[in-house]
Amino acid sequence: MLSDEIIKDFPVIMHNDIAYLDSAATSQKPQSVIDVEKEYYETINSNPHRGAYSLSIEATKAYEEAREKVAKFINAENPFQIIFSKNATESLNLIAYSYGLTNVEQDDEIVLSIMEHHSNLVPWQFVAKSKNAKLNYMYINENFELSDEEIEKKITSKTKIVGITYVSNVTGTVNDVKKIIRIAHSKGAVVVLDASQAISHIKVDVQNLDADFVVFSGHKMYAPMGVGILYGKKNLLEKMNPFLMGGDMIEYVYEQDTTFAKLPSKFEAGTQNVGAVIGLSKAIDYIESIGYDKIQEIEHELIDYAMIELKKLDFIELYITPNLENHSGVISFNIKKIHPHDVASILDSNGVCVRSGNHCAQPLMRFLNIDSTCRISFAIYNTKSDIDRLVEALKKTYDKFKQYIK
Amino acid sequence: MDDLYNDLIMEHSMNSPYKKDLKCCNMCAMGHNPNCGDELKLEIKLSDDKKIIEDMAFSGHGCAISQASASIMIETLIGKTVEEAKEIIKTYIAMIKREITDENQLKMIEDAIAFKNISNMPARVKCALLAWHTLEDMLEESKK
Ligand SMILES: Cc1ncc(COP(=O)(O)O)c(C=O)c1O
Ligand SMILES: [Zn+2]
Repeated sequence: MLSDEIIKDFPVIMHNDIAYLDSAATSQKPQSVIDVEKEYYETINSNPHRGAYSLSIEATKAYEEAREKVAKFINAENPFQIIFSKNATESLNLIAYSYGLTNVEQDDEIVLSIMEHHSNLVPWQFVAKSKNAKLNYMYINENFELSDEEIEKKITSKTKIVGITYVSNVTGTVNDVKKIIRIAHSKGAVVVLDASQAISHIKVDVQNLDADFVVFSGHKMYAPMGVGILYGKKNLLEKMNPFLMGGDMIEYVYEQDTTFAKLPSKFEAGTQNVGAVIGLSKAIDYIESIGYDKIQEIEHELIDYAMIELKKLDFIELYITPNLENHSGVISFNIKKIHPHDVASILDSNGVCVRSGNHCAQPLMRFLNIDSTCRISFAIYNTKSDIDRLVEALKKTYDKFKQYIK
Repeated sequence: MDDLYNDLIMEHSMNSPYKKDLKCCNMCAMGHNPNCGDELKLEIKLSDDKKIIEDMAFSGHGCAISQASASIMIETLIGKTVEEAKEIIKTYIAMIKREITDENQLKMIEDAIAFKNISNMPARVKCALLAWHTLEDMLEESKK
């Protein structure tokens, strides 16, 4: 079976007797990615763009080839529209500071979904407060989805920016972002698409979506930690001020003035994480060698199976849309009357790794009237036996607690 | 690790006699643990000379570890002098941090010794300390 082959690619999965069900926090890395980062440091490590010697030229070449690879991967028009950052959070801050602060004025509106991760929420709060703008939310319905009416009601002619996650990191809802982008554009707003939870599951085609800005982190798509991606439309990026300032992002520096470099360097101040960028390039090769069709086939089968098994447990409450075609990657749940952190601790002692807490989505938790949830999430190396192990451990957890529940 | 969730801790977390509001208290404070979302309100009634803890209660919500540690703390400290309580709090915190491991030294914290192995679960240490840190701050405040 293919999945046995896949598992062999992931040393952490191979060498630990665990069911790793927290890939939405960070995915495990295939050996090829680990090797290529190591190889970079063993063979061509040097500071790109700085040295006039062949080693540095090789490092520069590898770095820029990675940019081209990312551009092709998400179908960007040009490689210079791909900016490398430290993670999705930094990419979002870059947009908030460099685009938000200069394009949002008093009484303008910023619209977010209530599902946003704090990373696509707190920076917009900052922009709204700084500019006396309004921050409005699109709320989800009983299916944990955004209805058309809600989207059309909240995005108005005053809206300047719409921040939307492609896939919710709590409910797994896949938003119809193409439609949201179309509606936003019809009102003259720019859309910031957070693809962090989509990128390892769904093909992201920025031109097809007509996205203005797209962000994601490498570490959630089988790449090393330490590299984030920002895609932006050329005319937007060109008009924006730099975010961080210093080395590598300048053209000429005088005592009192500086001219800035062109894209993409304008947004890449200081020495970048070249090893991670090269690892990212390898992770894209890895995803493409399996293919999104196969990835979805594997993951949908897992989710369907998990839903069947979890629904058999009458002590479990699920926070998931019944329309599984609008769902990807993560399942949040609670055991009635048991705090998710206790559930996670007991699952951990049974070798099952799940996340518990508010998942950096406190406004969503408050909207759902819960404190926190347990969350399982899947990647291509998961198997049905991981789910069996989870279900066994959940039964054990409930058995332990139920005698005390009064 | 499972054995942390033993009878004593489970009973205190799910069915604590100290989870209530005090009718007349002289001090009240909130503690929270943003990681877990644990939120506790502690209430204390001190004797008129402020030297003895006459009664204490907690309310709020959180994981079993935070709830049980609040409840067991209260059971241990009711009737103690403020000075004794401070000593017990210090010892408990030192136990959680593995600075004190000697069982004899730990006798004074009574049932709270049940949390001794929480250091094996670093993710839960904050839960076990929440009530204790909150009370420590309250007793500091009471001097002022
Ligand atoms: C939807 C979403 N956006 C943004 C982030 C932030 O990613 P990072 O911590 O890599 O910046 C996450 C990660 O948890 C996420 O799930
Ligand atoms: Zn807790």
